[in-house]
Parts: sequence; structure tokens; C-alpha cells
Amino acid sequence: MQDTSPPLALEGAVTIYVVQELKAQLLAGVRDNAELRLDLSQVTELDAAGLQLLYLAKREALKSGHALRIVAHSDAVREVIDLSNLNAYFGDPTLIPAQKPGRQPPISYS
Amino acid sequence: MDELRQAYIAESQELLASLEENLLGLEQNPADTDALNAVFRAAHTIKGGAGIVECDYIVEFTHVVENALDEARDGRIKLDGELIQLLLASGDQIARLLEFAIDPAARPDAATLARGEELLTGLRAYSLSKHTSSKHSSSKEAASDLAAASDAPLESSGGGMVGHDCWHISIRFGDNVLREGMDPLSFLRYLSGFGEIAHLTTLLDAMPDAEAMDPESCYMGFEIDFRADTSKEKIERVFDFVRDSCLLNILPPYSRISEYVALIMSLPEDTMRLGEILLQAGVITPIELNKSLETQGIESVEPHEVDHKAAPLGEILVEQHVVQKELVDAAVVKQAQVSDKKAQEAKLIRVHADKLDQLINLVGELVIAGASASLLAQKSKDEGMFEATSTISRLVDEIRDGALRLRMVQIGETFNRFHRVVRDVSRDIGKDIELVITGGDAELDKTVVEKLSDPLTHMVRNAIDHGIESADARIAAGKPARGRVHLNAFHESGSIVIEVADDGGGLKRERIKQKAVAKGLLAADAEPSDADLFKLLFEPGFSTADQISNLSGRGVGLDVVKRNIEALRGTATIDSQEGVGTTMSIRLPLTLAIIDGFLMGVSTSAYVVPLDMVEECIELKQGEKQSDVRTNVLNLRGQVLPLIRLREYFALAGPGGRRENVVVVKYAGDKAGLVVDELMGEFQTVIKPLGQIFEHLRGISGSTILGSGEVALILDVPSLIALATESESGRAFAPSLH
Repeated sequence: MQDTSPPLALEGAVTIYVVQELKAQLLAGVRDNAELRLDLSQVTELDAAGLQLLYLAKREALKSGHALRIVAHSDAVREVIDLSNLNAYFGDPTLIPAQKPGRQPPISYS
Repeated sequence: MDELRQAYIAESQELLASLEENLLGLEQNPADTDALNAVFRAAHTIKGGAGIVECDYIVEFTHVVENALDEARDGRIKLDGELIQLLLASGDQIARLLEFAIDPAARPDAATLARGEELLTGLRAYSLSKHTSSKHSSSKEAASDLAAASDAPLESSGGGMVGHDCWHISIRFGDNVLREGMDPLSFLRYLSGFGEIAHLTTLLDAMPDAEAMDPESCYMGFEIDFRADTSKEKIERVFDFVRDSCLLNILPPYSRISEYVALIMSLPEDTMRLGEILLQAGVITPIELNKSLETQGIESVEPHEVDHKAAPLGEILVEQHVVQKELVDAAVVKQAQVSDKKAQEAKLIRVHADKLDQLINLVGELVIAGASASLLAQKSKDEGMFEATSTISRLVDEIRDGALRLRMVQIGETFNRFHRVVRDVSRDIGKDIELVITGGDAELDKTVVEKLSDPLTHMVRNAIDHGIESADARIAAGKPARGRVHLNAFHESGSIVIEVADDGGGLKRERIKQKAVAKGLLAADAEPSDADLFKLLFEPGFSTADQISNLSGRGVGLDVVKRNIEALRGTATIDSQEGVGTTMSIRLPLTLAIIDGFLMGVSTSAYVVPLDMVEECIELKQGEKQSDVRTNVLNLRGQVLPLIRLREYFALAGPGGRRENVVVVKYAGDKAGLVVDELMGEFQTVIKPLGQIFEHLRGISGSTILGSGEVALILDVPSLIALATESESGRAFAPSLH
């Protein structure tokens, strides 16, 4: 796959204070690019809110058949992804079976 | 629970030290964003931890501090000297509040609270009002990052294999957790601080579609397999601050499969998804799960799923189990680099000081028992036995050194605290003074370090207050306007020497002498050496009379310093040159417990001196021995060496030995010779303190037990040398044991 567009770079603290603004930006990025590459090397802090947002972006990408790849991690990002054990989720997409029940949006029972 | 508090307090104290250090750094260089971030993280982490141990008063106070820091970080308020002063004072306040945190029931007293309120008012004046409304408004502020500094030891985050020996923690956070200022991730960091997260799955299945998803709401949940020696109550306590708003289930280790199944059923997520998670964690086997689900009657619990779930569950899970493992392995490789780093950081462990003391005590007993064994071996003339015991004594030697080294800490940490002292005092009295620290890596016993803090503070204050002149006087004397205080430490023959030097006006010799004569401490016609004269400054009440003069100020409280130092078997000296500066030195033994000794015999008694103080041993020649004059000096290669005849000094009976020897000992630059009968060689000496009634005995510092079970006295070399020099200079030689 050709990487034509430059990666989307996030910087500084990706925390509850900024997620509201970031949400639109990220989702647009996922929508408009067949493959969105994320550069997180300049992220100094990532909290649960930021992590949720990344998760959402990834999920949206998977849902629409687009790809989202994190091309560079800062230590802070790597630590959080390690901690939450979401490596496999964000990692190389080929390793994740596309039709896994658990990766889809929740099915509501009852 | 109390462990949790203790860990929190210890950690917070360290954080406060780093906070202070970084604030002082910021004062020098306000543009240092790393330092500012470090300060912020420290405050944030202290606040988070306070939430976990339920110290609301710390949370409330620290929260305002953190806000101010956050605004400074964003550049909304300027970090000027005054704000740093406020923040430093706030750090002190947190330290005071921490003292109350030890007891869960304790609350700060009114005075402390009032002081806190004063500081908060100051800080709020700085803070913009903007920040107080939205995100940080709840009173349950505790963003509980006990390890927000992101360097918490992460034991595991990959897919390590797990047995049933783990707690299974299942938590779903409430919507508002993030808005309340808490970070679910910090609970993980905290957990990994007191146990091992063997396996973890982050669940975000509750997150609605992109449109409906509110990024400030929390959709997060964790399934955690946690390996720790703990109790359910303790784990629950970790989550106390979010307990009301979240769904928390904890299964103890070795729970039965049926309990896991019951858990799966009770959780909001897809049954299969949860089964998969448990499989992944290795908690249950696919067959077990499948069977249990069947026997539990999945149909009855979740009737809607019967058709497409009940039958193939086992198969699917097995399949997915395999897939998952590979995934996890891939993740593990990626993490390897990071984990290596983490492992290095985790190499430090915290040990209770009591345990160390106990170890040292045991090693002491071991040394004594070992000495007794080798004595017996020697007597038995059994070569094999002798060899075995000598191997053992060598090993005991190493164990002793190793055990003592455990207690050794670098003095640098203590020195660094004086940045603050120097800064505060010099600010108070309006002098510009810099602190220079060298030799911070010199090590000494932790108990000694702890007791050093007070006397050192006294000395440093003295140097600043009375040693260094005013800027005008300095310039007039041709010195730089900025004064300098120098803290230095180095090792010297078994002791550590700590110096506090200033480049101030020095001591005025004549005035001290006049004062000493007036006080009756000195004969009017005496011509004492500088060292002897300055030593008088350590006498109690030497100079309290005339507070105003430069001289008198010098002596305030120095008698306290001397007492403290002597309690540590150390000595303090002053060296000064008028107009150039003053250096006060403290000389301390490295350890208080076990030393390498040199054993000597006089008549039938045995004496020990610290080996480090022994310079050489020489035989006392026949002529000198029989000299009727009984001079108490010896000509040692052209130098005069004062002698102390231990036989006379301790009034021992019995004839003199056939040969006499002189053991030359050295302390603080002075030498003396001890005349003994027999040299018995090196001996590991476990110091046993003498009882109180022997406290005032001069010349003896302690006792030890020999291998044979006999008691040997440990000689106090410094005081013996002092005695010898006194007697040499013509004073009455008065043995104290008659």
C-alpha cells in the first residue's frame, strides 16, 4: 500500500482536556483516508480519555474498511498501550481477524 | 491497609523531595519545562495517592497546588520568585499533612489547617478563576495516579501464562469517572505497584457509535488477573474512590470455575467475549468453560442466544485461544525493549529498616560465634577443621561487609536538602549566597546520616548567618559579593569527614581568646594553638553573652552540635583564617556496629583498637623500656611520639611482659603510641555498648566478646590521643581508673 498523505501528528498531552476537539479531527482523518497514519511520537501524555479516543478511531477505521496505523509511538503512548494490553488491537492489522465477534460494536442482548 | 498508607507516605516524601529540588531548579532557570513537568507530576501523584488512602485533606490542598502548576505549565500564570516561594511553602505544608496520614482516624489540627488555608488563598490569587468551574470541580478529585510519573514498575502487560493463583478483578467504570478527574489507567499503575498484573484485557465494548460517543465519558472496563499476596478488602480499597459509580467484581485465587462462569453471566458484555478473555488469561481451559456453560444451563440464563451460541462455543473458543496466543506473542516482542527498561528500574526494593538491623545483629552474633569456632579449631590442631573454619571466617567477613553495605547510603541526598536551607536563610537575612556541594557520593551508615541532619543544619545556618559578611563588607574586602558555602565529604582512615566551609570573615582569634579568659576557660597567659582555641567555641554557653558581636554569634548552639556528634562517636573541629573563611569539620566513624579491630594484650587483659587507626607496630627497645626516667615519649624516626603505657593507665597488676610493643595510632592527624605486651593481630569486633555507669569513662568506647568468651575493651583512640598530647605538654597525667 502506498503512503501518500503525510501522517497525522498529535502532540503534547492527549488527555481529557483536549479530546473533545480531537474527536472530530481524528474521525475526519479516518473517514477521508483509506489509510490514516498516526504519528504519536510527540505525545507527552496519554490518559484514559485519550486512549478511548484512539480506540474509537481504530474501531471506526475497521468498520469502514479503512486502515489506521500508528507509525510512531512516544514512550508515554507505548506505556499506556502496554498497560492496557491493547498492543494487539492497535498493532499490525493483519494479525487481527476482521470478523472477530469481540472487535465489533457491542451487540445488545435483551 | 496500613501497608498501603505507609507505602503512600514513603512515596510521597520522595516525591516532595523531588518537588522541592525541581522548584529550586526552576528558581534558577524558570524556562525549564522538564522541571516544571516534574513538579506537576509530583503534586498530581501525591494527590492521586491521597485519594486512594482517603486523605481528603491532602487531596483538597494538593488540588489547588496542582491547578496553579497546571496553569503555570500552560503559561497562563507566570512562575516568578513569589509563586515559587508559595509552592515551596505548599510542599512543606503537604509534608506536615502527611504526618497526619499515618493514622487513618487523624485529622490535621486547626493550626495546620489555618496555615494551609493561608497558602491556598495565596495560590488562588495567582490562579485564574477560569479553571475552577468545569473539569476539576468535583470534591472527589482524586485522580488516583499513585504512579503517574509513568515509571511505575510494570510487572507484566503481555500475555504471560497464568494459573489459578491470581485474583480476578473485573471492573467497569462509570460514565463520569473521567470528568471527575480520575484516570482508570492509574488504577492499573497502582495495582502493579503492589502486585503483578498477570493478564489484563481492556474492554471498550460499551463505547457507542462514533456519533453518540462523548470523549469525556468513560466507557472503559478491565478484566485483570492480578497476582499478589493481598486481601479482597485491600483490592477493593484501591477502587474506593470510584466504587459508587462502577461495577466491581473480585474473585479470589483458586475460585471454582462455576464462579467464573457466574461472573461472566453477570457482566454486561457478550458471554463469549468474556469467556475468551478468561481463556486468554489462562484462568480456565476451553473444555472446562464449555462444560460449565453447558451444565450451568446457558439457555436458561440467556435465552436469546441459545440458537447460535450454546453448541459451538467450545470449538470457537479453542480456535480463538490459538489465535489470541499468537497475537499476544507479537505484542510481547514489541514490548520487549520497553520491558527491559522497566525491569532495570524495578531493581530497587524497599526494605524496612528494622529487618536490616536484625540482620546486622545476627551477623554480629555470627562473627562472635565464628571467632569462637576458629579458636577451637586452632586448639584442636586438626588441619581439616582448621581449614574449614578459616573458609567460614572468610565468608563471614564477606557477609559482614555485605550486610553493612546494605545500610550505607550516600550523603549527597542529605546535602541536597541544604539547597533549601541556604536559599531560605540567605533570603531571610538578605545575603546572596551560593551552596557548593562536593563528595556527595561518600557513603555512610544510614543511622548516622539521619542523626547528622540536625548538627549540619546548625553549622550551615551558622556559616550563612555569622560566617559570611554582608555584601558591602565583602566587596570592601575585595571578595565577590556572592558568598559561598561549601559542603564537602570524604573518607579518611575509617572515618568520614564532613566539612562545612564558608568564605566569610573568619574567626577573630584575639576576641575569642579574650572571651575565653573572661569566662575562665583559659589561663590569662596561655598561648593555645588555633585548634585548641577554636575548640572552646563548642563549650556550652561560650558566647551567648554578647549576641551582637560577630564573634559571639558564632558560638550559638555549637555545643549542641558537639553533643550530637559525640553521641555518634565523632569529633568536631574548627579551622579558620581571619578574613579568608572558616571550615568546620565533623569526623565520624563509618558504622556503629562492627569494625575491623586490632587486638592487643596487656598483662592478662585484651584490648581492641580500630584497625583503621593503627599506623604501625614497633618493638619497644630494651633501653627505652628500662629507662628510669620513664619518659612518656618516644623518638620515632626523628619525631616525638607521646606514649601511653596501658599497664599503668589501666593500673594492671602483674609483671611486664618480656617484650613490650608500641602500637602507633593516628586520629585526625595526631599520633600516639600505645605500649602493650602482646600484639594479637586483626580481629573482627562486634561493638557492644558499655552500660550507662561507664559513660564517663575516658579512654574506653565499648566492649566486645572474644572467641574464647572473654570480654575485651575497645579503646577510644581519640580521647587517648588527647590524653597523651596533654600529658606531653606538661599537665598532670591522671589515669582515670584508679
